[in-house]
Amino acid sequence: MHIMEGYLPVGHCVAWAAVATPPFAAGVRRIKRHLEEHPETKLLLGAAGAFAFVLSALKMPSVTGSCSHPTGMALGAILFGPAPMTVLGGIVLLFQALLLAHGGLTTLGANLVSMGVVGPWVSWWLYRGGRKLGTSMGIAVFVAAMLGDLATYVTTSFQLAFAYPDPVSGMGGSVLKFLGVFAVTQVPLAISEGLLTVLVINLLLENSKPELRALNFISEEVSDATA
Amino acid sequence: MQRRNLWLMVGVVALAVLPLAIHLPGTRTDFGGSDDQAGEMVEKLRPGYQPWFHALWKPPSDEVESLLFAVQAAIGAGFVCYWLGWSRGRTDGRKGREDAGA
Repeated sequence: MHIMEGYLPVGHCVAWAAVATPPFAAGVRRIKRHLEEHPETKLLLGAAGAFAFVLSALKMPSVTGSCSHPTGMALGAILFGPAPMTVLGGIVLLFQALLLAHGGLTTLGANLVSMGVVGPWVSWWLYRGGRKLGTSMGIAVFVAAMLGDLATYVTTSFQLAFAYPDPVSGMGGSVLKFLGVFAVTQVPLAISEGLLTVLVINLLLENSKPELRALNFISEEVSDATA
Repeated sequence: MQRRNLWLMVGVVALAVLPLAIHLPGTRTDFGGSDDQAGEMVEKLRPGYQPWFHALWKPPSDEVESLLFAVQAAIGAGFVCYWLGWSRGRTDGRKGREDAGA
């Protein structure tokens, strides 16, 4: 989902940076307030960021004969809400842009919108919606993580298509071309991200009940006996 | 729960390994990065496109790049596992105290 350095026109870079700035600022405020209210969840927030660090470093082969990577944004979005993930996603993207020449500074805004804004919000809404409809936690987490990951790559495809409409078939044709590159490749990886997010949530449910309760992820009534 | 977690891991490994053997007809088989392919697509749509800005620093070789990716994964996995281990120890410690007090 990384649009490479210098691959978006200047105007688009500026516009996407402008779009990404308010959610980033809101995320910073959100994290500050959250840590004041629940200082005991600081390390868990770090772990959610670290999960994104691992997953976005894993370039995995896919059925299209090319490689891509998950984003790891859903775990934190489900636990802490989507706003803080914009900040954590920004840190991951900056690390990769500066040290790995992966993504870029000029495309940071666009990449932050797809990975740090659209993905986490989609995951959060799907998780909330799924739980309200009575879906089990495992299924809700899986669907939220899988489709949040996919939504990020679909967003990237649209961002590139906006910038480079096909001379013959227009923007629609261009969207299909970029979806062919990103979205199809991403399907098995999105499933992997769903499975890994469920795995980590399972592990957290075993030993991190006090923090999950502070986050209102599990209700107060759940007994402490097994925690 | 542990058995379920094991199956989740088997699923992830299978999803990473199977594409090496089975891939969609008509697709490439070089397993290059999709980011680079998007760049190639831009060059196809706008022949002669030149990126207008270049990375300030690039890993000097594929080896150094893979080192940095491994470092990124190690930092992330290290911190996640630190949390999981720490909270596991807290649970065990609490259980130990309860057993001792009972």
